[in-house]
This record gives sequence, structure tokens and C-alpha cells, in this order.
Amino acid sequence: MAAHAGGLRTSGDRAAVRVENLVRSFGDRRVLDGLDLSVAPGEFVALLGRSGSGKSTLLRALAGLDHEVAGSGALTAPEHVSVVFQDARLLPWKRLLDNVVLGLPGPFAADRGRDALAEVGLAGRERAWPVELSGGEQQRVSLARSLVREPRLLLADEPFGALDALTRTRMHALLRRLCERHRPAVLLVTHDVDEAISLADRIVVLDRGRIAADLPVELPTPRRHGGTAYAALRDRLLERLGVNTADGTDMTDDTDYTGEEKAA
Amino acid sequence: MSTTTFEEQAPPAPAPDAPVAVRPRRSRRGRLGPGRAVPYGWAIGPVLLLGLWAAGSGLGLFDVRALPAPWTVAATAGDLIDSGKLQSHLATSAQRALLGLLFGVAAGLVLALVSGLSRIGEALIDGPVQIKRSVPSLALIPLLILWFGIGETMKVVTIALGVLVPVYIHTHNGLRTIESRYPELAETVRLGRFAFVRHVVLPGALPGFLLGMRFAVTSAWLALVVVEQVNATSGIGYMMELARTYGQTDVIIVGLVVYGLLGLVSDALVRLVERRALSWRRTLAG
Repeated sequence: MAAHAGGLRTSGDRAAVRVENLVRSFGDRRVLDGLDLSVAPGEFVALLGRSGSGKSTLLRALAGLDHEVAGSGALTAPEHVSVVFQDARLLPWKRLLDNVVLGLPGPFAADRGRDALAEVGLAGRERAWPVELSGGEQQRVSLARSLVREPRLLLADEPFGALDALTRTRMHALLRRLCERHRPAVLLVTHDVDEAISLADRIVVLDRGRIAADLPVELPTPRRHGGTAYAALRDRLLERLGVNTADGTDMTDDTDYTGEEKAA
Repeated sequence: MSTTTFEEQAPPAPAPDAPVAVRPRRSRRGRLGPGRAVPYGWAIGPVLLLGLWAAGSGLGLFDVRALPAPWTVAATAGDLIDSGKLQSHLATSAQRALLGLLFGVAAGLVLALVSGLSRIGEALIDGPVQIKRSVPSLALIPLLILWFGIGETMKVVTIALGVLVPVYIHTHNGLRTIESRYPELAETVRLGRFAFVRHVVLPGALPGFLLGMRFAVTSAWLALVVVEQVNATSGIGYMMELARTYGQTDVIIVGLVVYGLLGLVSDALVRLVERRALSWRRTLAG
């Protein structure tokens, strides 16, 4: 595995995540092309980019899920990393509590699992089967499963992409609340500019395997859509993504970067 | 056909359209599923068949040497039970079937796991099992008699070989169709090899295994019939074979009914286990 050729997973570093000159290729195509990135402990970073910009590849590299991918570079990630996938990825044959504590060691695993379920608003549903839940509820269980491990780094790959607009807004609030309490470093992959702005401390735009923009979000929380500062940041991001901001036309591809159309 | 032509044809018969269009729409709701279960639905077919048999016998439609009346068969069954013959034959048969089932299921399961979990295992095991699958177990009987004699070993081995194949095929298929996103999840929550097999692989393959079990149980009884009629001095099949030489049609039918009941009961048992073990699934049957 070339993935961690140059770097060991250590937690002694001051940054939670440090990526140096990371290269990942699929065949002839360099999906990540000498990428450098670092994330401070407790920092919430949103990773924006068009389809194929390499954002998911970066996330999978950090999660250690890129076994058969060719590449090089140095990669430092904490010992405790949790991943939230786009699909909730619950084991259908395990009840909710068993899904939450899957692989969790220790004598108080069940109690911690119960607390985690309560934290995401699913107290009392411990013995329900995943098939009995709505999509939003399933994704909440998946958040509980991630956070019960007390991760130093939370990797989320478009976790709300499959949810409807209302549920997504509620999930944003929940995720913010959970992150303020548990303070993991977060790397959230999304192609929804508004989602990035309302959640992140910093937004990194990826283009062709390199960082095209790295912007702090200096807006007061909780963030509401609208206002000049919000609009200015939104325009800058959309511009970096290759979207003509004057009339909202997409100049390069048909990926939907704004939440509005998806809500329709 | 264009809309215009359709509209031109429509006016002549407007009256019957309206009520017809409304009624079926109401009764059709939810029709795509099989609908609600009929109480005791499973019994209706067999009871009807039994009724036809009784009616035909009562009216004297059947030759009693070819098909004795149900009450004659019942009386014969009573006699066989009173003399203890039926029980001892049944016990012998059940023992053979259970032993064969036990060894066959164990072998099929182990082979499926080895072959499903490692590429080397698959390379070694899958081919031979597929070859075995295309050779009917019953065609192996001459060879098995030469190897194991005509005793119990031969019978149990024949049954086990018949059982092994469906268990292997369906369990292996169940294993291989576990979606790759689950192993990925197992990696991110750092499950070890053993925990991965226990929490992901085995439960994921369980529906396939249980389906294989249903085929396995049927094939165990099937193989039993054959080995008992080929070469045996006890068992239900032997009892029937003996009855054939004496022309006792009623005893043969008792044997057939016993086989049928055994098959039915064992299938019901597997289905019961299936319902309990797979309660996490929501299906049409649910």
C-alpha cells in the first residue's frame, strides 16, 4: 500500500491532519496532484469541489480506505478517526444500539452507545431495526456511531447528500451541536456551497487534485443565509468552482453546487 | 393513435365510462403485493385433495388395488403403529436423514466459508463442488457401495453429499453478494478478522444459508428414499419396497404420507427459524 508510504499515523503533531505532497492516481489520471493541507485540532473544514476534483479520494486516503490506489506523499492523521458515509451504512441485521457500538471495545460500550443515541435524538429506539427508520434517522444513527468513538478526526463524505432539504437543515444544526460538544477536527466533503458556509470554519476548494482556494469563514454563528458578507463569500466560492455568479449559469459542468435546486 | 382520433371516438359511449373508471380504482389499491394472508391458507389445497380422494373412494371410482380408500390407509397406519413397526422404521429413517443432514450441512458451510472468504480457498474448492453438483448424488451410489459397503455409512454419506451442494451454493452466493460497503465500514470501525466474520459475514450470509437449508432438507429426504429402496433391511423406504412385493398398496401409501409429512414438518421448521432469524428484513411475505 502506497498510501502511508511517507508518513506514520501519529497523534503527537500539533495539527490534527497534515497532508504533504499527496499524489493519488487512477491509471494515467492524477486525481490528487501534490496536495498540501493541514487541519488544526477541533477545526471544521469543508472540502468543496466539482465531481472528480479529488475530494473523495483525499477523504478515503485519510480514512485509510485506498488500499489499491497508486500514490505517494506524507499523510498524518490521528489515531481515532471516524467516517460518515453518504449512505448511513448501518448493518441491516443489527439493531440500532448494536450498530452504534459495532467494534467498540470496553465494558461500558452499551451505555456509551445508549448515550450517543440519545444525543442524536433517538433515545428509546435502541432495539429498532435500521429498516424501520427514515433516511434522516438512519444518518443520525451513523453520526452516533461515529461520535461514540470520540474521534480526533471526523471524515464525512457528503453525509447529507441523499436527504431532503428540510431534513438536511436539521442535520446541519445537529452536526454543529455535536461538533461543539465533542470538538473533533472535521473534514466535510460537499458540493453544496451553502452547506459549506453554514457549517465550516474554513472552506477549501479543490480543483484537479490541487487546492484552488483556502478561505476562512468569518461569519457569526448561527449562520443565516443572506447578508453582504455571506453573499460575498458565496460568490467567491462559486467563482472558484467555475460557476458564473451573475446569472447562476454553470459554465463548466452540470454539478449542482447550490442547495436551492436540490431542494426543489 | 393520436389524441384527436381518440376524442372523436369517445363521445358515443360516455355513460358506462364513469362508474367503471371509479370502482376498480378503489379496489385496486395495494394490489401489487400479494395481499393479506388467507387464514390457514396452506391447508386448503391438501384438504381439498383429501376430500376428492375420499369422495372418489366412497363412490367406488377407484380400483382398491390401485388406490385404497383413505380410511383403509388410516386403519393400516393404525395397525402399523400398534405393532410398533412404523415407529421403528421411522426412527431408523430419521436417524439416517439427520446424520446425513448434519454432516452435509457442516461440510457445505465450512467449504462455503473457506471459499467465500479467501481467493485461494475459492480456487481450490469451488471447482470441485461445481463438478459434484453436475453429478447426481444418486449416480454415485454404485461407487459408494464399493467404497463403504451396503451399511449405514454408505447411506449417510449419500445423503450428506446431496445436502452439501445446496448448502454450499446458497451460502457461498450469500457471502459473495454482501455489499462491498460493509467490509469498508468494518475497516473504519476497526473490526478484527474474527469480529468481521462474526458481525458482518455470517449474518450477511444467513439468508442464503437458510435458503440452502430448505433445499438441503428436501434433498436429504429424497436421498433417503433412494438409499432405503436400493439396499436396506429397515426404514420407511424398505417398508414400502417390501409392501410392493406383497402388493400392499395401503402400506405404500402410508409410507408416502409419512415421507410427505416429514418433508412438510422439516420445511416448516426451517421456515420458522428463517422467520425468527431474519426478522430484520421487511419483505413481501412479512
